[in-house]
Amino acid sequence: MSAVFPGMSIPAPRRLWAASTSTLYNDKVVRQFTVMAVVWGVVSMLVGVFIAAQMAWPELNFGIPWLSFGRLRPLHTNAAIFAFGGCALFATSYYVVQRTCQVRIISDKLAAFHFWGWQAVIVAAAISLPMGFTRGKEYAELEWPIAIVIALTWVAYAIVFFGTIGIRKVRHIYVANWFYGAFIIAVAMLHIVNAAVVPAGWMKSYSVYAGVQDAMVQWWYGHNAVGFLLTAGFLGIVYYFIPKQAERPVYSYRLSIVHFWALIFTYMWAGPHHLHYTALPDWTQSLGMVFSLILLAPSWGGMINGVMTLSGAWHKLREDPILRFMIVALSFYGIATFEGPMMSIKTVNALSHYTDWNIAHVHGGTLGWVGFISMGALYYLTPRMFGQTQMHSIKAIEVHFWIATIGIVLYIAAMWIAGVMQGLMWRAINADGSLTYTFVESVKATFPFYVVRFFGGVLYLSGMLLMAWNVAMTALAGKTSESTIPALLSHA
Amino acid sequence: MDVLFLLIPLSVLLALGIIAVLAWAVWSGQFEDLEQEGQRIIENEAEKAPGEPQA
Repeated sequence: MSAVFPGMSIPAPRRLWAASTSTLYNDKVVRQFTVMAVVWGVVSMLVGVFIAAQMAWPELNFGIPWLSFGRLRPLHTNAAIFAFGGCALFATSYYVVQRTCQVRIISDKLAAFHFWGWQAVIVAAAISLPMGFTRGKEYAELEWPIAIVIALTWVAYAIVFFGTIGIRKVRHIYVANWFYGAFIIAVAMLHIVNAAVVPAGWMKSYSVYAGVQDAMVQWWYGHNAVGFLLTAGFLGIVYYFIPKQAERPVYSYRLSIVHFWALIFTYMWAGPHHLHYTALPDWTQSLGMVFSLILLAPSWGGMINGVMTLSGAWHKLREDPILRFMIVALSFYGIATFEGPMMSIKTVNALSHYTDWNIAHVHGGTLGWVGFISMGALYYLTPRMFGQTQMHSIKAIEVHFWIATIGIVLYIAAMWIAGVMQGLMWRAINADGSLTYTFVESVKATFPFYVVRFFGGVLYLSGMLLMAWNVAMTALAGKTSESTIPALLSHA
Repeated sequence: MDVLFLLIPLSVLLALGIIAVLAWAVWSGQFEDLEQEGQRIIENEAEKAPGEPQA
């Protein structure tokens, strides 16, 4: 137009978000979250190994409050779930939503706010938790000012993610986006309900719920955080990165859709299984148990669907260590989602609850499922984010896989045995009705298993350090250019 | 268990929301040609190899 009428320019149609016209993907935010996922992975596992050593050798508390187990444990869990797991989910979701919608994210600024806000939250956690500031709620320890920052960054994330789906150039919304979307909405709701507090100073607050009500809200939050953050979010990774790495479409796309809707419809009421044999009414406990058992069906459907993606191309498992990380992750997902419903059965729970069996179960899920699927996806993303065709060392990925796998096996097996032993010792009763063992005898009997668990953790951490070196070498050799959005092909 | 008067309505609302989104997805044709959608991410996203000029 301006060529026809020189000097006169017709303003472009006013767009709320200028980024939508871009021909480049925003890979910067993906790259930032990818690198930080690796960094926080190392940190969280280092803290984990340290507190595992404290369980075996309590002298390692050094009498220093800031290094005591009670303060470092929430630091470990928050760092592993929200810093390592969170950054892995954010990196992959920003990558997937852009690639599958074939459009740049709707706002670079909001995404940058999300990144820096989230890093600020992690640093605030790393300072406030060792200082002893805590709300005392598992996986929701951070005090109210930090909880508000979490809510704000989450809103920014939700706007960018759903806004990008809103301006997509592909009519169909790929299944991975559904899983990421459910994760974003559910975590927002859970966080807001469970973080309802009355502030009593800058770093002190009281829950608006009291007693057993508070416990119910806490585990409604806690289990759904497992369900929607540690499960749904990472299933988003499964449905995009396994097909891409295997260069084959998911085994049954139809089943993946069924998997999604079945999972989100049935997840919400599994929480009460964390409160078996407590003041929670019996019927609520039973409800939690029934819903937990129902969850076995969609979980295994999804697991089988993911593994069967390799149907007819099993040789790739032999040749490709990245794919092996992903498929073994699904195996651990299958183990954990079988073990979980079994442990929610009240008679089994009577043995397992409060023992190290829970620790075995959780780490099967986190080290095996969440850790391995994240590592697989991060190995996929890293070279692409730094203009390389592959990681600096494939051999190092191979070594990482094996030491991490041996580490998990040592860890889980030790804690399984320890847990069952503790449960049996605690319930053993003499003929006169007195307890056979004192509590400290069970602690003493657990010592060798704590040592084995520590060595398992050291192996897993070593694998992560090897990954960090590999990622750093790949990044240093590469360059950071943004990739172009391919021309639209056959989109309806 | 007064808190259930909060949690259960919240879950019902969520379920209704999920049903609404599912209805939208079904009626707007999201699930019309499912197997092709699985194939699409493999085919359509061939990215330029690094070093290749970015058009």
